[in-house]
Amino acid sequence: MAMFESLAEKLQSTFKKLRGKGKVSEADVAEAMREVRMALLAADVNLKVVKNFVAKVKERAIGQEVLDSLTPGQQVVKVVHEELVALMGGTSSKINMSQKPPTVIMLVGLQGAGKTTSVSKLALYLRKQGRKPLMAACDVYRPAAVKQLQVLGNQLDIPVFSMGTGVNPVDIARGAMENAIATGRDTLLLDTAGRLHINEELMGELKNIKSTVKPHEILLVVDAMTGQDAVNVAETFHEQLGLDGVILTKLDGDARGGAALSVKAVTGCPIKFVGLGEKAEALEPFHPDRMASRILGMGDVLTLIEKAQASMDTQMARDMEQKLRKAEFNFEDFLVQMQQMKKMGPIDQILGMLPGMGNMKALKDVQVDDKEMKHIEAIILSMTQEERQNPQLIKDSRKRRIARGSGTSVQQVNNLLKTFDQSRKLMKQFSDMRGGGKKGKNKAKGMFKMPFFK
Amino acid sequence: MGFFDRLKEGLSRTRQNLVQKVEELVTGRQHIDEELYEELEEVLISADVGAEMALEMVERLRKKVKEQKISDPSELKNLLQQEIVALLGQEAVPVKIEQKPTVVLVVGVNGVGKTTTIAKLAHRWKSEGRKVLLAAGDTFRAAAIDQLEIWGQRVGVDVIRHQEGSDPGAVAYDAAQAAISRGVDILIVDTAGRLHNKNHLMSELSKVGRVLDRALPGAPHEILLVLDATTGQNAVTQARLFGEAVGVSGLVLTKLDGTAKGGVILAIQGELSVPVKFIGIGEAMDDLRVFEPQQFAKALFGQEETGE
Ligand SMILES: Nc1nc2c(ncn2[C@@H]2O[C@H](COP(=O)(O)OP(=O)(O)OP(=O)(O)O)[C@@H](O)[C@H]2O)c(=O)[nH]1
Ligand SMILES: [Mg+2]
Repeated sequence: MAMFESLAEKLQSTFKKLRGKGKVSEADVAEAMREVRMALLAADVNLKVVKNFVAKVKERAIGQEVLDSLTPGQQVVKVVHEELVALMGGTSSKINMSQKPPTVIMLVGLQGAGKTTSVSKLALYLRKQGRKPLMAACDVYRPAAVKQLQVLGNQLDIPVFSMGTGVNPVDIARGAMENAIATGRDTLLLDTAGRLHINEELMGELKNIKSTVKPHEILLVVDAMTGQDAVNVAETFHEQLGLDGVILTKLDGDARGGAALSVKAVTGCPIKFVGLGEKAEALEPFHPDRMASRILGMGDVLTLIEKAQASMDTQMARDMEQKLRKAEFNFEDFLVQMQQMKKMGPIDQILGMLPGMGNMKALKDVQVDDKEMKHIEAIILSMTQEERQNPQLIKDSRKRRIARGSGTSVQQVNNLLKTFDQSRKLMKQFSDMRGGGKKGKNKAKGMFKMPFFK
Repeated sequence: MGFFDRLKEGLSRTRQNLVQKVEELVTGRQHIDEELYEELEEVLISADVGAEMALEMVERLRKKVKEQKISDPSELKNLLQQEIVALLGQEAVPVKIEQKPTVVLVVGVNGVGKTTTIAKLAHRWKSEGRKVLLAAGDTFRAAAIDQLEIWGQRVGVDVIRHQEGSDPGAVAYDAAQAAISRGVDILIVDTAGRLHNKNHLMSELSKVGRVLDRALPGAPHEILLVLDATTGQNAVTQARLFGEAVGVSGLVLTKLDGTAKGGVILAIQGELSVPVKFIGIGEAMDDLRVFEPQQFAKALFGQEETGE
């Protein structure tokens, strides 16, 4: 579906249509703004937020920086991206810590947003920073919610305060506070029941908890898949409780996560953390730049373009981006890439910027080995041009010739061919995955290994 | 209270918003103009219908207005409603309970309301005099088994359970065998919430489906995908990928008691045409309603109709 076609591509084609006319006019910019609008809406950014945003971007776009640019498409994307990052604010995963312990953190949100899991993740995160967390089970409504927190506490070896389900959550919070003081825990995390923002009785309960234990930090937990309604939810919770921040959950899914922007826009509260999986470790600080790319549906391709532009000419960068996206690159491109690499920076970073690749654990400890790089370069240089373009031509006798020519072994040649093929397939898979949902190919995990990666 | 009142009660927020907006848009207008179309499109987008689908619907509306030579703005509401019904299907599509036991597999992403929906379904079918059995197929999430067990007690139906961390396929198999030997009418199988882009979890789900088929050829007879009405356009991908992995025969749209409108089901119908079978309008076990496309569309646009 077109939904996943990235904004960058769309804008590029929009402006390509106009290229013949020479200069970009205001009407052209308006056309581009319609594309921006569609992209943001497809990412579930709230309509009102989109309108304000587009107006702002348009102002900048009509200014000289886009009109005079040779690459207006990219320029618009850049402006959009910059504005998105600015709107989402800086990285601030700081929790307001109280001078006088315990610091009290309360998590609130709709049903099913991921509060309980986030409480345990945050507790683990804080413990790693040397704090002594206590988790309190204030969800007395959902069946087995108390048990769920207890099980998680047990697994993580973090104490859980509970009073069963027959007690008022306000009293549980108070009890938890006393318990934290008595047992010397310096951080108290309150898990509250999911509730609708329009449920006055239950919102009142949260206000009572707030006035009783005076949390230093109230965090709204928001599902990254949330649609247009995110603004209503965030606005109401903020009005009633005064939020300090947001945790965006289930970002390991493939939702574009426009809710992040909506929530930030209506509350002004920073998004502090993102949830990236069901495991307790899967909590990370929020990165506005990554989120902006994701909302635009383009991985970190933008940074890639910028990097490439800094070191190559624009046409080459554009070709490269296309090839990487479509996994059409061959050994020739590979060679060019390798030769440009020293200028562009480490390959692990470059690969990390590709859509879908950024999250790969395998890339975290990838490192470039100079000696192997030289071997690879030598092997590729020993191929004929035809072979570089069609690696499948390279059969036994050719392999022997290449090995001899490059001063390597047939096994080394084989290794390169194999891993090259694998990584090409992998890139194909990633672009397919982005392309809107082929399934059944997650086997790639952990097999991503280029010869020069250790 | 008749059906319509109950539905309306749950949907009141949803309804108010859309109705008011549409009403505001058309009253006081003399002509159907561009601005009106644009505003209608925005009402749809705000209801999570999705920008593309909203555009498409407004296009169809435009065509109809031309064809039928309509000039009165207030008629647009009816037309739009007709479009929605046309998309959702004219009739409610029931869950067929023909086999004995009928096996219903409930799937969806994390936190959408699968387990609660199962309790609601069990309650509904039990009150119809059927013998219901539940299978605690979420062996992954902490205390998910206990959650279903508590619901089982509240509703008054048995639950087949294994230990946390055990193979969900084995639970499904045992439950199917138990359903056969106990002469149960309906077996409802809970599953762990999973994101549709996690291939290993999706193939685990396919396996549960195959195991059920092995235990009882033809099972599962009904595969319900639970969608949260709060979800935006990602629900389309959910429907597509769960469909590819296990084959989805019906949708359940939960949390319609909030302010979210669940308009994404229109986008889903546009692409996949899987019928919505039930809606969830609260957390209690009787907060489940059969999805009636006609009434749903009417309720959305505030047209009263006498109940059952
Ligand atoms: N307001 C409202 N809440 C609902 C509805 N359906 C479910 N919920 C709530 O949503 C939350 C999650 O429901 P569950 O049934 O546990 O969801 P699940 O899909 O089984 O969750 P996992 O198994 O953790 O993936 C609970 O607090 C339910 O009470 C509904 O129709 N309306
Ligand atoms: Mg469940």
